[in-house]
Amino acid sequence: MTQTQTLNPSKATTGREVVLEIRGLDVDYGFGPDAVRAVSGADLTLHRGEVLGLAGESGSGKSTLAYALTRLLRAPGVITGGEVLFHSRPQGADAGPVETVDILAADAKELGRMRWSELAVVFQSAMHALNPVARIDAQLTDVLKAHRRHMSPAERRERAVELLRMVGISADRLRSYPHELSGGMRQRVMIAMSLALEPQVVIMDEPTTALDVVTQREILEELMLLRERLGFAVVFITHDLSLLLELADSIAVMYAGRIVERASAAELFRAPRHPYSLGLKGSFPSLHGERVRMEGIPGAPPSLKSMPSGCAFHPRCKFAVDRCKVDLPPLATPAMDRIDGLPDVSAPTPTQRVSSCWLHDGQQAAPDALALPFPTPVHLPDQVATAPNGDTASGADRVPSSTTVTHPTLGSTS
Amino acid sequence: MTDIADTVNVERVVHGPDRPGTPALEARNLTKHFKVHGGLGRGAGVVHAVEDISLALPRGTVTAVVGESGSGKSTLARMLTQLISPTSGELLLDGEPVRGDAKSRRAYTSRVHLVLQDPFSSLNSVHTVRYHLERPLKLHAGRRLGREELERRVLDLLERVSLTPADNYIDKYPHELSGGQRQRVAIARGLAVEPEVLLADEPVSMLDVSIRLGVLNLLDELREREQLAILYVTHDIASARYLADSIVVMYAGEIVESGDAVRITDAPAHPYTQLLLSAAPDPERAEPPVLRGRGAPPSLVSPPSGCRFHPRCPFAMPVCAEQAPPTLQAPDAESARHVAACWLLDPEHTPTTSAEPDVPQTRHMPSPQRHEDPTDPA
Repeated sequence: MTQTQTLNPSKATTGREVVLEIRGLDVDYGFGPDAVRAVSGADLTLHRGEVLGLAGESGSGKSTLAYALTRLLRAPGVITGGEVLFHSRPQGADAGPVETVDILAADAKELGRMRWSELAVVFQSAMHALNPVARIDAQLTDVLKAHRRHMSPAERRERAVELLRMVGISADRLRSYPHELSGGMRQRVMIAMSLALEPQVVIMDEPTTALDVVTQREILEELMLLRERLGFAVVFITHDLSLLLELADSIAVMYAGRIVERASAAELFRAPRHPYSLGLKGSFPSLHGERVRMEGIPGAPPSLKSMPSGCAFHPRCKFAVDRCKVDLPPLATPAMDRIDGLPDVSAPTPTQRVSSCWLHDGQQAAPDALALPFPTPVHLPDQVATAPNGDTASGADRVPSSTTVTHPTLGSTS
Repeated sequence: MTDIADTVNVERVVHGPDRPGTPALEARNLTKHFKVHGGLGRGAGVVHAVEDISLALPRGTVTAVVGESGSGKSTLARMLTQLISPTSGELLLDGEPVRGDAKSRRAYTSRVHLVLQDPFSSLNSVHTVRYHLERPLKLHAGRRLGREELERRVLDLLERVSLTPADNYIDKYPHELSGGQRQRVAIARGLAVEPEVLLADEPVSMLDVSIRLGVLNLLDELREREQLAILYVTHDIASARYLADSIVVMYAGEIVESGDAVRITDAPAHPYTQLLLSAAPDPERAEPPVLRGRGAPPSLVSPPSGCRFHPRCPFAMPVCAEQAPPTLQAPDAESARHVAACWLLDPEHTPTTSAEPDVPQTRHMPSPQRHEDPTDPA
């Protein structure tokens, strides 16, 4: 199943090396006429050392995507199409040949070898992911026992201590049972375990959602430091877009099983192109500035069983036009972001921002709220420039633009 | 400032929005200690869940209680509904002391209503929306209601929570509704008894991000239109800032800071509130935040001496471990009520004249204070 490629794996335009490629991944739940499609045609590219955020609400398919790409998906989930390519670089040899593994075609042996050592997963509920009747050291050394046969018990124990220390837990916790640890500590143990074999990719499915904000922040800080040191790439799945905007390098926003926008965190924050990204961004009240009434997004996410025709977001979209109800918009570079001389809409490069919305096909001018310029010009256009606040962080001045432009201000209530 | 601080110090500090008149619901010195068994050979202990809280909820206001899990915010909400009875302290409804007998308790439930966190489990899945809303109407009307009147009232309730057209929703089962719609039904059920006080315990944390604001805006409308006194319990300080008039910050069972919502988030006075704000996700931040006061909340079986935050506090002084801080006026507070329980606000204990202490390391002295901690269990 492993094809060793001597030629370069696909390299991004920036020159960064690609570690994980997802092409046209389709995932169904169930068979035959009753099947519902949970993920359709997902395309994602993860570069070495990058943090890729996957944002979406419950039912958007973000967790299904993570389970599918790691082949952890259980029946009735079925992968019905697409490919997941893992470009593995052997450890220790920087210039060594890169092996490309087709994860969806790999057999059990191949998967068993890859899991933990090259691709690790951290789940949301550490209490459920850890074995409640086994001590922490047994669970940490178990990974090493399976994948590093040459290590002696003493070496394994030493490594377990090192791992715990790495995530800020003292060695005397080794003999604890999971229930004796706090939620934050349990999640730290999970992270330590996922890093035990220094994988190249770590997939984190809502790793900090159940934790308090202070603990969440501490764990994320540690994670980012470890990433700098060890160089692994992260796929970070969460519903909390405001967290992702701070944390991730690039973000894919999912809605009803499809990626509707993919852009760098800065692009998405300053100038979202898809109405859903805009609405999602406007669903998080700000910690600064004047209080304004925000509307969130009207309606509710669709059920997978009765998916709207055309663009699945059109019933909730205030910009929807007739075409949105009929035709599914392609995931393409918005007209205003296309660079002259590179008009190829159908095949944007992995780092180019894309949005799946008819408003950006170049036939009409996109609404102002979806057509904010990026990179941000020095002189702000009048309609988006809200009063810059002297004491807030730089850049805070542009934040409420997407909401204040389109929504009436309520003003602070007294 | 000293004068204000002194007067505040002497009097019992009542947290919550400052409004003239009698508040709809007032809690005086509420305390809750839970007895726990310490396990084999460890004897029994007491969890100091909520300690001496005085809170007033005036009509037409939203008060947000913000804190981490285990800070006592849900215990406080449950005491306010009389679901659990306080160890000490009293409740005043419309200025009248609340009695504990069954009849007054029943009367109380029709005036103070709780909306729970999880609309997936707070509604009975085998009953329709109509059933859920008719029940409180029948039980609390005090007289027999005709079928038509019941139906009219149910439809009216659905409209009040913006589930329109109401005819479409009245015969639906919970599983046919989205999370946001379910939470609206739960709120409508609360409104059925014509309450004066609505206590909402994390009402949006289980909902999808895009529909949370809809429910928060509904609470906002209920405050305006029906002049309800609303208590909004949350861990999300950004949503508290969005919705509330006043924010009350709880840490380890105590109120550490309270005041006008915008003021608390823009100029937090207590180190714990500062920590909470620095940890909150905020894409507008240019630099990664610096957390001052790492670690976890203490065990409430043997809470730290003095200020319960002192083992984590970057500004801790010797006095913090010895004596619980008084609740003092925050330095920036003009007319608005903004108080914090912190020795830093006391001029006698602030070594520097600056209100903003910026040299935490020099005053960080963990080892001598640790010895004074009562680490022994009861």
